[in-house]
Amino acid sequence: MEMNRRQFVGTGVGAAAAITLLPSVATAQDVDAAINAFTGGADTSSDGITLIAPEIAENGNTVPIEVDAPGAEAIILLAAGNPSPDVATFNFGPAAGAQAASTRIRLAGEQDVIAIARMPDGTFLRAQQEVKVTIGGCGG
Amino acid sequence: MADNVTPRVRVPREASAGDVVSIRTLISHPMESGQRRDGDGNVIPRSIINRFTCDFNGENVIDVTIEPAVSTNPYFQFSAVVNETGTFNFTWYDDDGSVYEDTADITVA
Amino acid sequence: MKKMQKALALGSVAAMALMGTAATLSADEDADLIINGDMEMIVRTEAPDHLDGHLNMIYSGWTFRSDETQAMQMDDFDNPAMLFVEQGIEIFNTAMGTEGNSCATCHETPENLSEVRAVYPQWDEERGEVQTITMQINECVTERMGAEALGWSSRDMVNLEALLASVGRGTVVNVAIDGPARETWEMGREIYYTEYGILEMSCATCHEQNYGNYIRADHLSQGQINGFPTYRLKNARLNSTHSRFRGCIRDTRAETFAEGSPEFIALELYVASRGNGLTVEGPSVRN
Ligand code: HEC
Ligand code: HEC
Repeated sequence: MEMNRRQFVGTGVGAAAAITLLPSVATAQDVDAAINAFTGGADTSSDGITLIAPEIAENGNTVPIEVDAPGAEAIILLAAGNPSPDVATFNFGPAAGAQAASTRIRLAGEQDVIAIARMPDGTFLRAQQEVKVTIGGCGG
Repeated sequence: MADNVTPRVRVPREASAGDVVSIRTLISHPMESGQRRDGDGNVIPRSIINRFTCDFNGENVIDVTIEPAVSTNPYFQFSAVVNETGTFNFTWYDDDGSVYEDTADITVA
Repeated sequence: MKKMQKALALGSVAAMALMGTAATLSADEDADLIINGDMEMIVRTEAPDHLDGHLNMIYSGWTFRSDETQAMQMDDFDNPAMLFVEQGIEIFNTAMGTEGNSCATCHETPENLSEVRAVYPQWDEERGEVQTITMQINECVTERMGAEALGWSSRDMVNLEALLASVGRGTVVNVAIDGPARETWEMGREIYYTEYGILEMSCATCHEQNYGNYIRADHLSQGQINGFPTYRLKNARLNSTHSRFRGCIRDTRAETFAEGSPEFIALELYVASRGNGLTVEGPSVRN
């Protein structure tokens, strides 16, 4: 059911609570470099890979992410707006039941999350999703 | 060694040959990113789990390279195909050289 | 879900107006919480009588969280707080202090204490004061085990509290507010409605008049404590009730009370009583 999503505006509290660490952010070059390190500069296509992430994460410290690329040898996960874009690389062995994995990651603010899969034939697949990260109103 | 590191794994106890089973793992670990400062402004040194592997009867299921962007108390869910009764071995590698291990048995009918 | 008293003006708060950002977090306030597929929780129910004129319905903080956060609490493996319940079991079974006792020496299993969480804080006849579960545990630690009191929000204490909450999950919160506890309860109520800080806000400003609304991008709950200790995504650890109280007061830029202070003990009793009728669901997952 749709909620009463009215804003409780009118407090300075948000500002007081927003004293979070704001680390430097990876540059576009950093992100390209991380991608190239995995793909060797090869082109990527977007079919056959799924990235599931919340559109809005309630807290950037613990964001659930799922990647799935049937048949992939490995999937790399990147966060384009973190101080360093690398998050994790999943290498699938012969006993894997699917080339899919879920984890929980840190996102330093709103940014694109990127997953790239390396296929056995040497091609690469890429999926990308923007995740907004809310800033809480109560420090605690 | 980071304090109080406790691994947890969940694997079904039984399956039929050829089944794909879902596996979940969690380990208590601060995953100190190396990007935070303490009260005195000094950088808190990085201390993370940098690799996690799962093998079934000696065959690899998944081998994960982990960066500081993985959350505190790292959680992984993935799946394995089981053709025979056997044992899953789980291994977490800490920056400080510590290695944490856990196992889980599965009976395949 | 009916929101009865949403139109209240914010009084002094409005004067401090700052713009919030609109959020479209997907939060299903009508969802039901069933843990592990079989443990049904009461996350919404009629408010207890003492809240007449204030609230019609009470809601667990779980109902205000995003789909992803809600999901983490629906399965004990996905709930990272359960790691600390396991550490709590270890402490429960480990001897400490001069008497060579562990908790298990006298209580055998944590399950023997499953009725405790729902009725604390409660009046202690012998001591002539209201005791929180933290105080009761420390009474055993110091007087029955001969060990040093555990810090109010220390890891061992919070882990033990998580353990006692976990075995009490599903029991209905029912703290007594009359009899000798009444005076303390009234002190707690007083604190709850007192406006603190330069923002002149009380607990009620946020958690009674504005629950369901957004403060910045945070979806305000009723500030219930039936889910404590809570594993917060924000700091990825267990948080005690009093540390949460402190955070909330600090955010209004007020001087806060100390953890374990008489003020917070009274406030804990009062806030717990606002949740009479909800189920114990700690250790829970919150943002
Ligand atoms: C030497 C025996 C002994 C040990 C050891 C002990 N307790 Fe107790 N505990 C008691 C007794 C006796 C009571 C009942 C006291 C009362 O009712 O006032 C009690 C009461 C309690 C209660 C409240 C029960 C209720 O129904 O209100 C809790 C909670 C509790 N203990 C937890 C613990 C924990 C946790 C530990 C370990 C840190 C522990 N106890 C160790 C003897 C012990
Ligand atoms: C400026 C608004 C504001 C004030 C005033 C405030 N809080 Fe909060 N409180 C929040 C926000 C925001 C959260 C996090 C979202 C939520 O659960 O409501 C929160 C969370 C909580 C929680 C955690 C709820 C859960 O389910 O885990 C408790 C308990 C709480 N507050 C109690 C209090 C008490 C007691 C007071 C008064 C001393 C108070 N708060 C004052 C904004 C406020």
